[in-house]
Amino acid sequence: MTGLLDALIQGVLLGGLYALFAAGLSLIFGVMRLVNLAHGDLIVLAAFVILVVAEKLGLDPFAAALVALPVLFAAGFALQYVLLNRTLGRDLLPPLLVTFGLSIIIQNGLLQLFSADSQRLRSGAIETASIALGGGIAIGVVPLLTLLGAVLVIVILNLIFYRTPLGRAFRATSDDLDVAQLMGIDIRRVFATAMGVAFTVIAIAALYLGLRANFDPTSGPARLLYAFEAVIIGGLGSFWGTLAGGIVLGLAQTIGARIDPEWQILSGHLAFLAVLVLRPRGLFPRAQD
Amino acid sequence: MTDAAPPQAFRIETAGRASRIAAVCACVILLVLVALPAVAGRNLIQDLIFLFYMLALAQCWNLLAGHAGLISVGQQAFVGFGGYLLFALTLRAGIDPLLAIPIAGLASAIVAVPTALIVFRLRGAYFAIGTWVVAEVFRLSFAQVKGLGGGTGTSLPPQATSGVFGIEGVKTLFEVRTPAARDIITYWAALVLLAATLAVIYALLRSRRGLALGAIRDHEAAAAGLGVDIYRVKLAVYVASAAMTGMIGALIYLQKARISPDAAFSVLDWTAYVIFIVVIGGIGTMEGPVVGVLVFHLLQRYLADFGAWYLILLGTLGIVVMLFAPRGIWGLIAERYDVTLFPIRRRLVIEGGGDEASRTKAVRD
Repeated sequence: MTGLLDALIQGVLLGGLYALFAAGLSLIFGVMRLVNLAHGDLIVLAAFVILVVAEKLGLDPFAAALVALPVLFAAGFALQYVLLNRTLGRDLLPPLLVTFGLSIIIQNGLLQLFSADSQRLRSGAIETASIALGGGIAIGVVPLLTLLGAVLVIVILNLIFYRTPLGRAFRATSDDLDVAQLMGIDIRRVFATAMGVAFTVIAIAALYLGLRANFDPTSGPARLLYAFEAVIIGGLGSFWGTLAGGIVLGLAQTIGARIDPEWQILSGHLAFLAVLVLRPRGLFPRAQD
Repeated sequence: MTDAAPPQAFRIETAGRASRIAAVCACVILLVLVALPAVAGRNLIQDLIFLFYMLALAQCWNLLAGHAGLISVGQQAFVGFGGYLLFALTLRAGIDPLLAIPIAGLASAIVAVPTALIVFRLRGAYFAIGTWVVAEVFRLSFAQVKGLGGGTGTSLPPQATSGVFGIEGVKTLFEVRTPAARDIITYWAALVLLAATLAVIYALLRSRRGLALGAIRDHEAAAAGLGVDIYRVKLAVYVASAAMTGMIGALIYLQKARISPDAAFSVLDWTAYVIFIVVIGGIGTMEGPVVGVLVFHLLQRYLADFGAWYLILLGTLGIVVMLFAPRGIWGLIAERYDVTLFPIRRRLVIEGGGDEASRTKAVRD
């Protein structure tokens, strides 16, 4: 019984990380219908950026992430403005293939710069700190912070989307691109800003990825798949749905791992396929497509 | 005197002069390739096996993405499945490897049906990632099969393939040893598979189904309105492509004689390279992948030693072509010289009456 309860708690906490992976993907798709196949690799790239900042400036990973945030925002803005805006249109192929190419470039660029060694963000005592809940169950401080971070990110994203002029522009371009342009919205800037915000979310996801687990240049594609699964399980169009999707995925993986450690990833994928069969629009759908 | 406008005659044309010449050339090339082992060394034969299976994979992916709009990043699922099936059938059931290849194709088709029913629930770009998840499920599942080596994989011992059908004949005919004879048999099998893949895709695109595919690609809603059963056409293409990909996968691992889940279900080897070949060569045409595979082979031959830099170059090249020449190298050639070797487009030829020379107008797609 304790084992099951422990698995449930750890699964929910893991779900927080997956929700962070997914929030950026969901944001980009929501605003500009772009499915970014390099999303996972961008998370790993951001983790390396935080690692380098932490080592060069001798900072704690949290402080390093704070330093890296504006840099990554600018990088995201530039990537969208210079490259990805050119791919958007009626045809699906250009954005998919360009981001797929980007994914290969990032993976091999990181491999060239940092070798294939596993890395980790070191944060001293907090890494191993845990809070005992009694009954032999303890929760790690970092996993708890991850889940709280995910909730905070989603609250802030919802505030941006529904309470600010920028969010109004995001929603307008998402609803009807042509009319939004007629209303004087410069969609190139709006899209670039959306990617900048997504990169900020990616940086936060990267921080917790690096604190919780090892990462190496090839870890990206798996993170993309988890993010994607969380988005689809939760249902398109709602950030809270994405959090729920992340938690369902985290639970499936943790419970699968309890049955057999080799089944962790597989059971997450199978849960995703089961949702696709039973509830093709996700558990908490909102958007129409 | 007023004459009525001369009645306009028109007809639909597919093959042009270049394509008729190309058809003759294709037959000649095929005959030369069949006879090649008589003169070629082992290295050339092995290079050609690689070219043949990469080209066949590229044609299959092109059929999906270029003609049916099904952009898959998960075709490695069927490459690996076919490969593993070949190992299972030859190692565990003692079936001749050459017979195992068509069985692997049939099994891939059967597996593709339920797979399609699931991934077809995802639209557009999400379909792409969905197929990738399915390929990962295949990889992780085969890593659990202890009888086939689990996560570390297994090898095909030489004695399992040294009795392959026809090997004694090849040994006496070309006066070669068993390993070389095995390569020659694999080479012919690869050639047959490639020719069959090209023939099947060409026949499909020239048929009613091909017309339906073109209609879907141009305007899905309009095609549906004209009575095209979009779901069935896409399902048929997906299953056919899976069957061919599965057979190619079986052949690839007959040649490699060593399989592991990570290699057999590698997204880089069996999907990224294939996409690169199609995009560089020209998506949506049958000539494009042929050009693409030659470019890919040259790049790999001279640059593969640079490792990560080589892959960075491939990625960059893919992006540049996608942005600035989305129809690829063949697209540029075809546009400039108006040639087509595999005529899969239908052209409307309008012939004016009277003294005027007949005017022709090609309708482009």
